[in-house]
Amino acid sequence: MEHATQELGPLAVHTAGYLWLIPLFPVVGAVINSLFGIRIQRTLGKKWNHGIAVGMMTLSFLVALRALAEMISLPASERFLQNTLWNMATAGSMRFDLAFALDPLSMMMVLIITFIGTLIHVFSIGYMAEEPSYWRFFAYMNLFVFAMLLLVMGDNFAVMFFGWEGVGLASYLLISFWYTDIEKAKAGMKAFVVNRFGDFGFLIGLFLLFWSLGGVWQPRADARSVRYVPEIGYKSDSTALNPYESTGPRTVTIHGHAIPLGPTLNFRELRDQIVVEGTGVGEHLRHQKVWGVMLLTLVAMLMFVGAMGKSAQLPLYVWLPDAMAGPTPVSALIHAATMVTAGVYMVARLSYIYAMSPTAMGWVATVGVLTAFFAATIGFFQYDIKKVLAYSTVSQLGFMFIGVGVGAYWAGSYHLLTHAFFKATLFLGSGSVILGCHHEQDMRQMGGLKKHMPITAWTYLIATWAIAGFPWASGFYSKDEILWKAFTQRGMELFGTPAPWLGPAVFALGLVTATATSFYMFRSYYMTFTGKYRGGAGHAEEHDEDPHSAHAAPHHVTAGHPHDNKDPVVHGAHAVHGAHAAHTAHAAPAHAAPAHDDHGHHGGLPHESPRSITFVLVTLATGAVLVSLLGIPMLWSHHEPILEHWLAPALPAEVSFAHFSHATEWLFQGMGVAAATIGWFFAMKLFKDGKSSVPADLKARFFGVWTVVYNKYYVDEAYHAIVIRPALFLAAFLSWFDQHVIDWFVNFVGWVARLLAAVDDAFDKYVVDGAVNGVGGLTREGGRLLRRIETGRIQTYLYGAALGSLLVVLLNFLFR
Amino acid sequence: MIPTLSHYLAVAAVLFTLGLFTVLTRRNAVAILMGVELMLNGANLNLVAFNKFVVGGLTGQTFALFVVVLAAAEAAVGLAIVLSIFHTFKTIDVRAADLMRE
Amino acid sequence: MIRPDNVLVWATFLPVIGAALILALMSVRHFLGLPKRFLDQSSRWITLVASFLMMVTSILAWAWFDPKAQGLLVQGKATGVQMVNRGIWIRPFNVEWFVGVDGLSISMVLLTGLISFVAAIASMPWWQGGEKAIHMAGMDEDDHGHGNDEHHPKHFSVRMVPGYMILLLLLMTGMMGTFVALDMFLFYVFWEVMLLPMYFLIGVWGGPRREYAAIKFFLYTLAGSVLMLLAIIAVYYRSLPAVLADGTLSAKHTFNLLELAAQGRAGQFATAVPIFGFAFTKIVFVAFFIGFAIKIPMFPFHTWLPDAHVEAPTPISVILAGILLKMGPYGILRFNYPLLPDATEWAANGIAVFGVINIIYAAYVALAQRDIKKLVAYSSVSHMGFTLLGMAAMTPMAMSGAVLNMFTHGIISPALFLLVGVIYDRAHHRDMERFGGLAKELPEYAGLTGLAFFASLGLPGLAGFVAEFMVLAGAFPVYLTFTVISATAVIITAAYYLWAMQRVFLGKLNQAYVGFPDVNWRERLTLYPLAAFMIFLGFYPQFILHAINPALQMLIQNLRPV
Repeated sequence: MEHATQELGPLAVHTAGYLWLIPLFPVVGAVINSLFGIRIQRTLGKKWNHGIAVGMMTLSFLVALRALAEMISLPASERFLQNTLWNMATAGSMRFDLAFALDPLSMMMVLIITFIGTLIHVFSIGYMAEEPSYWRFFAYMNLFVFAMLLLVMGDNFAVMFFGWEGVGLASYLLISFWYTDIEKAKAGMKAFVVNRFGDFGFLIGLFLLFWSLGGVWQPRADARSVRYVPEIGYKSDSTALNPYESTGPRTVTIHGHAIPLGPTLNFRELRDQIVVEGTGVGEHLRHQKVWGVMLLTLVAMLMFVGAMGKSAQLPLYVWLPDAMAGPTPVSALIHAATMVTAGVYMVARLSYIYAMSPTAMGWVATVGVLTAFFAATIGFFQYDIKKVLAYSTVSQLGFMFIGVGVGAYWAGSYHLLTHAFFKATLFLGSGSVILGCHHEQDMRQMGGLKKHMPITAWTYLIATWAIAGFPWASGFYSKDEILWKAFTQRGMELFGTPAPWLGPAVFALGLVTATATSFYMFRSYYMTFTGKYRGGAGHAEEHDEDPHSAHAAPHHVTAGHPHDNKDPVVHGAHAVHGAHAAHTAHAAPAHAAPAHDDHGHHGGLPHESPRSITFVLVTLATGAVLVSLLGIPMLWSHHEPILEHWLAPALPAEVSFAHFSHATEWLFQGMGVAAATIGWFFAMKLFKDGKSSVPADLKARFFGVWTVVYNKYYVDEAYHAIVIRPALFLAAFLSWFDQHVIDWFVNFVGWVARLLAAVDDAFDKYVVDGAVNGVGGLTREGGRLLRRIETGRIQTYLYGAALGSLLVVLLNFLFR
Repeated sequence: MIPTLSHYLAVAAVLFTLGLFTVLTRRNAVAILMGVELMLNGANLNLVAFNKFVVGGLTGQTFALFVVVLAAAEAAVGLAIVLSIFHTFKTIDVRAADLMRE
Repeated sequence: MIRPDNVLVWATFLPVIGAALILALMSVRHFLGLPKRFLDQSSRWITLVASFLMMVTSILAWAWFDPKAQGLLVQGKATGVQMVNRGIWIRPFNVEWFVGVDGLSISMVLLTGLISFVAAIASMPWWQGGEKAIHMAGMDEDDHGHGNDEHHPKHFSVRMVPGYMILLLLLMTGMMGTFVALDMFLFYVFWEVMLLPMYFLIGVWGGPRREYAAIKFFLYTLAGSVLMLLAIIAVYYRSLPAVLADGTLSAKHTFNLLELAAQGRAGQFATAVPIFGFAFTKIVFVAFFIGFAIKIPMFPFHTWLPDAHVEAPTPISVILAGILLKMGPYGILRFNYPLLPDATEWAANGIAVFGVINIIYAAYVALAQRDIKKLVAYSSVSHMGFTLLGMAAMTPMAMSGAVLNMFTHGIISPALFLLVGVIYDRAHHRDMERFGGLAKELPEYAGLTGLAFFASLGLPGLAGFVAEFMVLAGAFPVYLTFTVISATAVIITAAYYLWAMQRVFLGKLNQAYVGFPDVNWRERLTLYPLAAFMIFLGFYPQFILHAINPALQMLIQNLRPV
């Protein structure tokens, strides 16, 4: 990291007009297979489906190699290829293009994706051969690769986010690939929604960063040597008449290079602004605070929340084990080698931001090491071979975050690379085993497979060496570098408090985790490949590539385990297991794809997988060993590791480490090997050939603890209680509120209006109209009364006349 | 005893009242006509009496004669109407002749 | 024949010409002895052709529109208003026939043209792919067989066809006219013209509770338009004279929106005497705002929407969600913002609050729905909240995002309602709990629905994302907390859509739905263009943004009182 002290200039850009071809090929494959795949499969046969998919992948890989060649030919500081297609959106001070960029870091990622991706596509040909929705699988896989390439090649945050969510989509589609099993569908949904939690944090972090470049959070006077251009908005005080002129990027010229300033989504512009000293932007950002927290810390931590989701870190890791519901090649490609490392890639890509905030570094490293340890402990007790690998992946991702957290960005990236190889090997090995064992995933039903499938066994063993951290297999170099850098990192802070002890603490826990890793990986190797074959024909019914066992676990803990408990490893367990598999919901008709069943019913002894699979396994295992050449430590060769040198231009962060003697470094390497050895030793003692009864005894003694860990600390259940249930309750309540309060109010207004109308109607009827009718009625009634007098008889009238005249006479007398 | 004006008047009043009573109470049209005659005669008696005791000359008598002639005419017309009524209603009960009521 | 100066007139009145043709046919029917079937078919064709021509003219208008042009000058200032067609209508009241488009309305004109045609296609009982599908949807033209019973009601597309078509065409004219009118009075006339056909279309051709829904919709909207009318009158009597189409000065007042905007900017309304002790501008602002907010629909005026959507026939839902909801924000941006800049500043925080409530509240309510059409309806409410929030923030990014959101939502939500219609035509219910595993039986339908769902939940690469992103990013510096709260909607939205997806399409196939036909050609004709447009806009939103940006910039600048 000595190069960090020299002053960095702006990036030199080389236009490479063909970069867009790299993501184009996979998306073309995806479109062809998704629109016409089913017809192709029916009329031309499956070989055309995978022919298209693999062909596109290969083309993409070849273009990537071309880009690599061009990049190598450039001087180290100018290794930045860029290709703009079109302007996607411009509004105010935001502008982003559909543009691709390759620097050494993304070059590495592209090579991983296209190379391992192609291999896994080839693997899938054999693995998915009997799948009726063959075309769909390859369409999704190509779509995934496309999205992943967008993610790593994006020239700006927007394109990166396109990929970021696109891989989420592909992951969703592939996890719930066998959607007829509702549990698998749920696993897909879980993955997507949990990732959205992360995306939420990522977006907020991105907005904070974007606007802080615009100088919104602080008065402009704070920024030195640059004139900040806040967005020309209503709230701003700019008086420019033509908004296009004023929102155009301001530039500052340093050493003859014009560096645009202001809010940007572009990685290169962001890097130039922050990394190049003369702009003053970095210095300015360092002093800004939001909500009383240092702005960059907040940005880094929020963006790391996005990484937590995508890269399955505590507490958002829960989706990854369930994601094993997808077909095994998917687990290998997406949930081990590429997508889940997107978070690590993102932190490395923004290394200059993380490096400016010791608190963020501490936060990343702490989360990383805790996740590593936590997942490793769960990995101890899983019986599903894919679950073991899934937790191992979570754990290894934790290691990567330790690396990028403590500032060893190249080491984190290197671990990403090595992990991609050995974990892909392990997953594909497990896929080969699962195929060989007729879709059996429970390691208790395996054993002795070395005899039946030697190639798979050897490649699995090599990859296990690598992950356990034995020298000459790649994992050693990357893990050792990470732990060493963690130990020597003394500048991290924990929530604003300097914590020089944090680095060594991370190292210590990391070392323990390394031991644990070695233990559970060798456990899986020994349980699977040594001893006697414990499975048999005819129990294919209980095949399960799904998370259901995870869900079902709480149920059969009570029912099944008292039996399992006695001896989970021996033959007898099979019957018990079979029994509980039968009573779990998806025993018979819930089976995923019909072909799946057919395959399962072949029964018989396990067999080695077809050549397309073993070829891939051997290639990847070779790769897992060979990539160690890229990271031979300086201690051995007195040269900077090749990869560190290669990545240096892309990782401009300045991080300082404490210096120790060579002897100390040797000692720490020895400790790493010792940790691996201890783990291996215990695993061998306990699980080799399935002879030892110690594991069962231990389990019996600590059954309570075992149950808690076996059920993954009940984190899923806790999530259900804390997040999902309240959310659903709130939804139900608001829906009730909407119907019964707001709509009630609307209807109430309507009712009141109708009531008023009724009252008005009554008034009209009885008062207004009543008066009119009253006059008429009075007349009529009066007439009826008077009519009596009108008899038509003269005599009656004469009575009247007589009485009248008598009255007159009387009155005459009375009132004279 | 020399009859004074009051005596005449009393007799005339009795006649008139009897006539009126007849007119008001009888339902026979002919009887009613007879009642009318009585009232007219009562009035005649008044005319003559007042002429003798108050006015002098022949004015009263002239009026009385005139009334007698009128009464004769009236009786003729009245009886004709009664006949007509009888012709129409087959009775001379005045209660039947209430067509004007409608 | 069609030139830039009359293209808007054509676009507005082509549907009315179609309606007149149908009316003429109806009136001569008995003289010529035309059979009912002939009348039905010909009115359908006329509708298709008229709406197609309307779409063509609106696309022409879009093509002729130049975002950078100065446009009509009002009081010596550029307004960007183009393709003006004006003349004097009622001279004593200074009412003009005055249509034209600026960057804001041209996007809505394009949207109206597209969605109208889509709705017209969706109104046809054709291309059903066989007798079985026709029978299933209840589209049998003859009356025997199953018909009007409750369980299998007759499809709306074969009931009283000429009347339906006439009303649909009238509705189109009303909508187009609303978006192009630049005279307050004319605007109000078109606004009401659009209201009445909508009432009948829901009330006659709707679902079981159609009368209730139609009345609710009508009264609600009418209440809003009464407030609007009052505000229009108030503004009118406060306005100064302006130049009419023939160059003469109007007597005393004006209805000319552009003139009024210029006067509002100059403070003509800010200095008016208070009404009931409240500032004139605030009262008028609130009156306009409520009138438009009902259309958006904004919480708490939103409850007509789920009812109207649930009861309306599919094409009417499409129009309702695709275009009618956009009139709310459009009206606010056309009336409130330019005419009453100072009141706008006063109201901005309130609008933002309501926007946030819309977003979060409706998202949660959608999460609880079982009726898939209600879910989509509430998601509409939620998405329109983004437009409100963006408008309130008033940064260029947020405003562009708000208008882009109007457009993208106008593409996505019609697709969603069409998709709901597809399943309703087959299953005759919309209860998600009763579906399950449909992806097995209707893979193409599942794929299209997935696409639309993901577009609506804001997946990058599809139309919805950029708009949401721009609104949130643009509102962020102005309303920090609100934006953070609103952004949580991305999680809830994903949850309810994916949950719906899971309940309808995934899992074991419910045996009741075996043998359901997949998407037919009629539905493909409507869905694929929309889907293609979603993807296109997802990767090239600048297509819309380049037209609306200058207009919004101008709008924002004019918000600053001189």
